[in-house]
Amino acid sequence: MNANKKLGVFIASAIVLAVLPFVVGSTLGNSWVRTIDFALLYVMLALGLNIVVGFAGLLDLGFIAFYAVGAYTFALLGSPHFDIHLPFYISIPLGALCAALFGLLLGTPVLKLKGDYLAIVTLGFGEIIRIFMNNLNAPINITNGPQGINLIDPIQIGGLSMGKTIDVAGFALNPVHMYYYLFLALTVGVVIMAYRLQYSRIGRAWVAMREDQIAASAMGLNIRNIKLLAFALGALSGGVAGGLFASFQGFISPESFGLLESIMILAMVVLGGMGHIPGVILGAVVLTIAPEILRDVIGPLQMHTFGRMIVDPENARMLLFGLAMVIMMLTRPEGMWPSKRRKAEFEDAKKG
Amino acid sequence: MAEVLLKIEGIHKRFGGLHALNNVALHINKGEIYGLIGPNGAGKTTMFNVLTGLYTPDEGTFTFDGKDLFRAPPHIVVAGGIARTFQNIRLFHEMTALENVMVGRHIRSKAGALGAILRTKAAREEEAAIEAKAWELLKYVGIDDVAHERARNLSYGHQRRLEIARALATEPKLLALDEPAAGMNPKETEDLKTLMEKIRNDGVTVLLIEHDVKLMMGLCDRIAVLDYGKKIAEGVPEVVRKDPKVIEAYLGAAHS
Repeated sequence: MNANKKLGVFIASAIVLAVLPFVVGSTLGNSWVRTIDFALLYVMLALGLNIVVGFAGLLDLGFIAFYAVGAYTFALLGSPHFDIHLPFYISIPLGALCAALFGLLLGTPVLKLKGDYLAIVTLGFGEIIRIFMNNLNAPINITNGPQGINLIDPIQIGGLSMGKTIDVAGFALNPVHMYYYLFLALTVGVVIMAYRLQYSRIGRAWVAMREDQIAASAMGLNIRNIKLLAFALGALSGGVAGGLFASFQGFISPESFGLLESIMILAMVVLGGMGHIPGVILGAVVLTIAPEILRDVIGPLQMHTFGRMIVDPENARMLLFGLAMVIMMLTRPEGMWPSKRRKAEFEDAKKG
Repeated sequence: MAEVLLKIEGIHKRFGGLHALNNVALHINKGEIYGLIGPNGAGKTTMFNVLTGLYTPDEGTFTFDGKDLFRAPPHIVVAGGIARTFQNIRLFHEMTALENVMVGRHIRSKAGALGAILRTKAAREEEAAIEAKAWELLKYVGIDDVAHERARNLSYGHQRRLEIARALATEPKLLALDEPAAGMNPKETEDLKTLMEKIRNDGVTVLLIEHDVKLMMGLCDRIAVLDYGKKIAEGVPEVVRKDPKVIEAYLGAAHS
C-alpha cells in the first residue's frame, strides 16, 4: 500500500467510526449501539489476552480475572458502597495497575509451567478471583458478595456526566453514544500499545520465547521477566476494560466474571487469528455481534417457519455458536485473519 | 603465558546415577580456538550446557573473565560474555534471519515496555541500532542476501551461519560452537573453518565441539579430550593425537 492509499483508508475508517453510533442508533435502535460499545470493550480484552496468548504463547484461561479486578477497583472507588467517589482518571489507571499486579501475582507461581498445566492453573486463578468477589462480604463487607455493587458512578468529564442524555445543539446525545467515543478512544490507545509492543525489542523477545524457550534463554533473554511482563501488560488492558465496564453498566456482580467469559475472550483471540492484531479485533467484533444477531433471528425464524418455538433461542444460539467454532477449527485453525507468520506455522505443521 | 579467559575446575554433574562430568577442569586462554572432543556420550554437550548456564553443575568452580559464574542462570552467563550455538540447530524458525539476529541483541539493549509503547526517541534510536548491527552481522557471516527469509526456509549451511551470527550479536568474548560442521559437505566445512578463523582474528575466543577430528587438528590451538565424563588429555593437537589414552578411547584398547 502506498502512503496515499493508506491515508485514504485511514480517513475513511475514521469517518465510519465517527458516525457509526448515530447511523446504527437511528436505523437499528440504541440497543445495537450498546452492543457495539461492548464490542469495543471486548476488543480491548482480546488485545490484552493476545499479548499473553498470541505474542508470548502462554495459554491463559483465567483472563477474565483481570477484567474483574479492574471493574471492582473502579466500583469500590466510585459508588455509594464505601461512599468514595474518585474521578475516573484516577480510578481507571488504579484499576489497571491493580490488574497488572494481579497479573504478576498469577505469573510468578506459573513461571515454570507451560501448555495444559499453565491452562489449568490460570483457569483456577480465574475462578479463585470470582469466588473471592462472591464471598468477601463477611466478616468485613468489601465486595458486597453475590449482590454485587450497584449505582456505580458514570464517567464524568468536566461537568459532563456520561450517565444522562444531554442535548448538544438539538442533538440528543445518549449515554451509549458518549461511552462509544470514550471506548473508541481507549481502544485506539490499546491497539497502538499492542502494535508498538509487537514491533519492539520486547515483542521480539516474546516471539522468540514462544518459538524456543531454551534457545531464547541461551541468547540471554531473561525468561522470567519477559513472561511476567506479558502477564502484567495483558492484565493492564484487561483492567482498563474492566473499569470502563463497571461505569458503563453501573452495576457489577461476580456473575459477570465467570469461566465462560474467559473462554469467550480466548475464542475471540484464537478465532480471529492468534498474535495478529487486526485478526484479534475482527474476532472480538464478530463474536460480540454474531450472538446478538442470532438472538434476534432465531426466535422469529422459528415462529415464522414452524409457527411455534421448538428450541429455546438461548440454547439454539449457543448450539450454533459451538458448531461454528468446531467447523472453524477444523477448516481454518489459524483463524479468520491470521498473520503471515502464524499461517506459515500452521502450514509447516500440516506438512509435518 | 597467555591470559586465561575461562577457568573451570572440579566440575561435577550427575544425572541420577550417571556421573556425566567427573572432576573436569578446563582453562581456555584469550584469543585461542579451543577444541573439545570425545566419543559419543563422553559428556561434551553436558559440558557445553554447564558452560552456558542451561545446566547447573553440582560442584566445582567456574570463573569467566574475572567473574564468578558458578550456577549462574543462562542470561547472566550470556551477559558475562559466553554465547553458544546448538548441536541440533535451534533457530527461531518462523522469524526472519534478520529478526533472529535482532533477538541476539536483546541482552545488549535495554528499551523497556514503556519506551516501546511511548516510542521514545531513545527506544527508536536503539531499535535502529539493533537492526543496523544485525545487518552487519549477517554480512559478516555472509548471508545478508537472505535477511528477510524465514529461518526455516534457509539451507542447512545458512542456518548454521545464522546461528553463529545470532550468537555473535550478544557480543561474546567466548563463542561456543556445538558441532558446527555436523552434516556439512567438505566445501561448507572449509568455509566454516575460514569463518571461525576470521572470528578468532577479530578477537573472539572460540570453543568448539566437533566430531570431525581432522578439522579439529587443523584448526584448534589446543584440544581437550573427554571420555566417560573425565578429561583424559589436553594440549596442542600434535601431542593429543599421539596420546595413547586418546587413541584407546577412540579406537579401543587393542590399537594402543
